[in-house]
Amino acid sequence: MTTMTAAGDAAHTRHHWWQHRTLSRFLRHRLAATGLAIILMLTLACLLGPHLLPYDELTVDLRARFSPPLTQDHYLGTDPLGRDIAARLLMAGRISLLVGFSVMLISTVFGTLIGVVAGYFRGWVGSVLMRIVDAFLAFPSIFLVLVLSAFVEPSPFMITVIIALTCWMEIARIVEAEILSLRERDFTIAARLSGASARWIMFRELVPNAMGPIIVAATLTIANAILLEAYISFLGYGIQPPLPSWGNMLNSAQQYLADAPWLAIVPGITITLAVSSFNFIGDGLRDALDSRSNLP
Amino acid sequence: MTLSHPPALAVRDLCVTFQRNGCETRVIHDIDFEIAAGETLALVGESGSGKSVTSMALMRLLGRQSRAAVTGQVALHAATEREPIDLLQIDDARMRQLRGRRIAMIFQEPLTALNPVHRVGDQIAEVVRFHSGSPRRQARAQALALLEQVGIPEPSSRLDSYPHELSGGMRQRVVIAMALAMEPDVLIADEPTTALDVTVQAQILTLLKTLQRDTGMAMLFITHDFGVVSEVADRVAVMYAGRIVEEGDVEAVLARPLMPYTAGLLASVPRLERAGLPGERLATIAGRVPDPASLPAGCSFQPRCTFAVPGTCDSAVPALASLKAGRRVRCTRAHELIPAEELSPCPQTS
Repeated sequence: MTTMTAAGDAAHTRHHWWQHRTLSRFLRHRLAATGLAIILMLTLACLLGPHLLPYDELTVDLRARFSPPLTQDHYLGTDPLGRDIAARLLMAGRISLLVGFSVMLISTVFGTLIGVVAGYFRGWVGSVLMRIVDAFLAFPSIFLVLVLSAFVEPSPFMITVIIALTCWMEIARIVEAEILSLRERDFTIAARLSGASARWIMFRELVPNAMGPIIVAATLTIANAILLEAYISFLGYGIQPPLPSWGNMLNSAQQYLADAPWLAIVPGITITLAVSSFNFIGDGLRDALDSRSNLP
Repeated sequence: MTLSHPPALAVRDLCVTFQRNGCETRVIHDIDFEIAAGETLALVGESGSGKSVTSMALMRLLGRQSRAAVTGQVALHAATEREPIDLLQIDDARMRQLRGRRIAMIFQEPLTALNPVHRVGDQIAEVVRFHSGSPRRQARAQALALLEQVGIPEPSSRLDSYPHELSGGMRQRVVIAMALAMEPDVLIADEPTTALDVTVQAQILTLLKTLQRDTGMAMLFITHDFGVVSEVADRVAVMYAGRIVEEGDVEAVLARPLMPYTAGLLASVPRLERAGLPGERLATIAGRVPDPASLPAGCSFQPRCTFAVPGTCDSAVPALASLKAGRRVRCTRAHELIPAEELSPCPQTS
């Protein structure tokens, strides 16, 4: 009787049950929780900040060139054209974060698709797809990005597409490995035995079970994408001035490194903060989602 | 058992051959059996005797990728069809329509047979939706009715449970509900109670028998447990090294096994009344199931058989001899081990 009641109670609380478990496990991971807080604040600042600051990111004020941080209203100082760095940093954040999230979305969807098809069908379909993945991986991604960006108009959209082209392989490999083991599990066979089609099994039975590793890989992809965008913008092939991005802010700071170090330090710290926060979130998610599969 | 109707499932000369590294290994040799509607045939044998491969071959789960060649006939006579369908001849799309609808299967381990990320109600409703294409709401109502039918308490609250929130017995009931959603004509149960404890095992067996009585499905029950056999089966077929070595009505086989292997299996069932007697040890069959790649010459059980005669038993594979009352045995010395009147077919007994 007691057990029956206990079971009934468990049934009532079940909606929030594993979400709670996963969430609390995630929040117990201190670095991950801090990373999440930083990303949330950064995103919020990039969305709202530019509206609250007294300066536009493109307004040139030659009288206020090279103001160090905390002069008047220029909290983070100004650049060689007297533009407010705080405003530029937040507008650049919009672009950098947007590129990061978009790359994550595109490469996760595409990588998952390739991985699931390769893992489910195996045989020659799987071999051909995974050899394509290997071929893409064989190029150092930075050169691939640079070569590609030399051929196209460097708009934020094209930059996103180019970076996504170099980021999907990792996810494809992770998903393929996951699907290879999941497809041998009894529930997959049970689904086949109850008359499910290949498409149904792939996307309704297998992919939901691989969600943990996919989410982790996706988070790490954001970090990677932000870094890549900063890198190619720094080298001058990415987002083009006057549109600010964290990478091209660093680029324009190079020649004034000795006189106005804040020009490099401010975007540098922001990139480091964003990238390591995403990496910590990925680590935390890996731990939180992994132990779910160990549950009885 | 006299068959007035054609059997729901008739298997003829089923052979399964695996190809690996250029070698061919035959693991199933000329299996044939029939199951009538409403009847249960138990397929018994040690691990490695080919029970599960047989069931996978019937369901066409041994595809190109497992490099298995399946030959023979598997005639499924659905109640709704006039002609039997040979499951080994139809194309994949047709097979997909039949799976779950006319022939279903349940597994040993109920936890792994359910998808851990979907609610059980959705999993049952999905099966209904594959086959009948009924709208979501209606499929869900049907799932509820099925949960009720398989005896799950508070079925409406269980619809939204995840598999890990249910006990082993409940999960197996859910698996059964999924298998029976479309009222199949044939149910293959591959050790469905092995992973459960004994009291739950008895409940599940009773449930399966009740459901069989209600739906009239034929059941192929795969197990290694003679206790389970005596409880559910009408007939039993004993497999050894990929061959059927003995078949007959359950009472007859259990009371008087004709094949030394069956006798050995029955002797190695632990018995409560003999436990604890001084000097009493559990009987075993010496040796191991042979490797299908290198079967011994002649009768495959001969190296382990205490009755084996050199020169006879190791020269040729004995034929599966038909006796009275649907009884069959594959042993050259069967006539020595049993009274003569039991061996010869007796037309006067009905």
